[in-house]
Amino acid sequence: MNTARNVVIVGSGPAGLTAAIYAARANLAPLVIEGEPSSTSDQPGGQLMLTTDVENFPGFPDGIMGPELMQNFRRQAERFGAEFLTEKATKVDLAVRPFRIWVRDTMYESDAVIVSTGARSLMLGLEAETRLIGHGLSTCATCDGFFFRGQHIAVVGGGDSALEEATFLTRFADKVTVIHRRDELRASKIMQDRAFANPKIEFLWNTVVSDLVGQEKLEGAVVQDALTGATRTLPVTGLFVAIGHRPNTDLFAGILDTDEAGYLVTRPRSTATNIEGVFACGDVQDHTYRQAVTAAGSGCMASIDAERWLEAQHSSPT
Amino acid sequence: MAAGIVNLSTSTFDERVLSSDTPVVVDFWAEWCGPCKSIAPILGEIADELGEQITVAKVNVDDNPDLAMRYNVMSIPTLLVFSGGEVHKRLVGAKGKSHLLQELDEFLVSSR
Repeated sequence: MNTARNVVIVGSGPAGLTAAIYAARANLAPLVIEGEPSSTSDQPGGQLMLTTDVENFPGFPDGIMGPELMQNFRRQAERFGAEFLTEKATKVDLAVRPFRIWVRDTMYESDAVIVSTGARSLMLGLEAETRLIGHGLSTCATCDGFFFRGQHIAVVGGGDSALEEATFLTRFADKVTVIHRRDELRASKIMQDRAFANPKIEFLWNTVVSDLVGQEKLEGAVVQDALTGATRTLPVTGLFVAIGHRPNTDLFAGILDTDEAGYLVTRPRSTATNIEGVFACGDVQDHTYRQAVTAAGSGCMASIDAERWLEAQHSSPT
Repeated sequence: MAAGIVNLSTSTFDERVLSSDTPVVVDFWAEWCGPCKSIAPILGEIADELGEQITVAKVNVDDNPDLAMRYNVMSIPTLLVFSGGEVHKRLVGAKGKSHLLQELDEFLVSSR
């Protein structure tokens, strides 16, 4: 594989793949370092790989499955000559020109870089998590819901992802308890209405999970009332965590500017970062909208910004 | 050309896995599991590359829920590595190729 590139795109969710479609159509022969398989949202295709029906992506009036949508994005980029590397970028040097990006021992050089590394799901941060992951504790409702047929399970969180998972899990479970630390939900109105109308879903408000019970497999979650501090054990056999996301910026720590919440900072009305020639798009730089369609839109912007920047470089004497 | 991936069912599992002379990696998967699909091509490559040193097999949990239950599989993909009829390693969740090869290294006859 050619290791000297016009554009390298790091990350392959809606943002990175849209940037790849535009860059490929602009004859920039982009290389997409798409990440590697995982059962978290940090994988090729990004967060939509763990969802089922996507109902709000324009152009699909009957909805489309998240993984299928991402496969379509990828095929469209491939059609115009984007190349893919199913690995994780391990190191970058953005202080030299061309920029350098490593995938373990292989170094790739690129005139421009588009960062679209997205965000990953937060876990609870409990010691028992490592022991029980895959044994009742899950990061992927679509993968694991099947194993909880007829059981009582819980979902932690109050946003759209939490309610989508809870609603999906009622296909299998007898009862799904949504555990939320506040007394109101962040989720969109339509998701809330659906969850409230579902007889299998119940809510535990102002409640946090403080520990997990079970050695070999999950036997319960210790829940604490956030107002009174009282604890009790909820006898669930499955626990799905959807408490939010954190931008994947580790690769660029100390190199690219971030805001107080850890997201990459881009210039207003642009995808330009603090390093000229490095552009950022998608959830890694957006904690306001975080939708597939806004990520795709910003991916298009990043590709156009990169293309114009490359043109300006080539036409001006150095 | 290696044998590729062996498709197992409840009726063939004991013979093909428990009585096997070589180590067997069993991938518990299902059609509706996205991460399962993303590791499928990687397992195919691993089967080709490792050839006769190891058998790569898969169990569809929809068709064989009893096997999933027997080995306490509650999350897919789960890879179980069998050697001498016993489970020696359990890998839960999808992982990249280099990571998987590293995890399987201890089961290979040192042919290098």
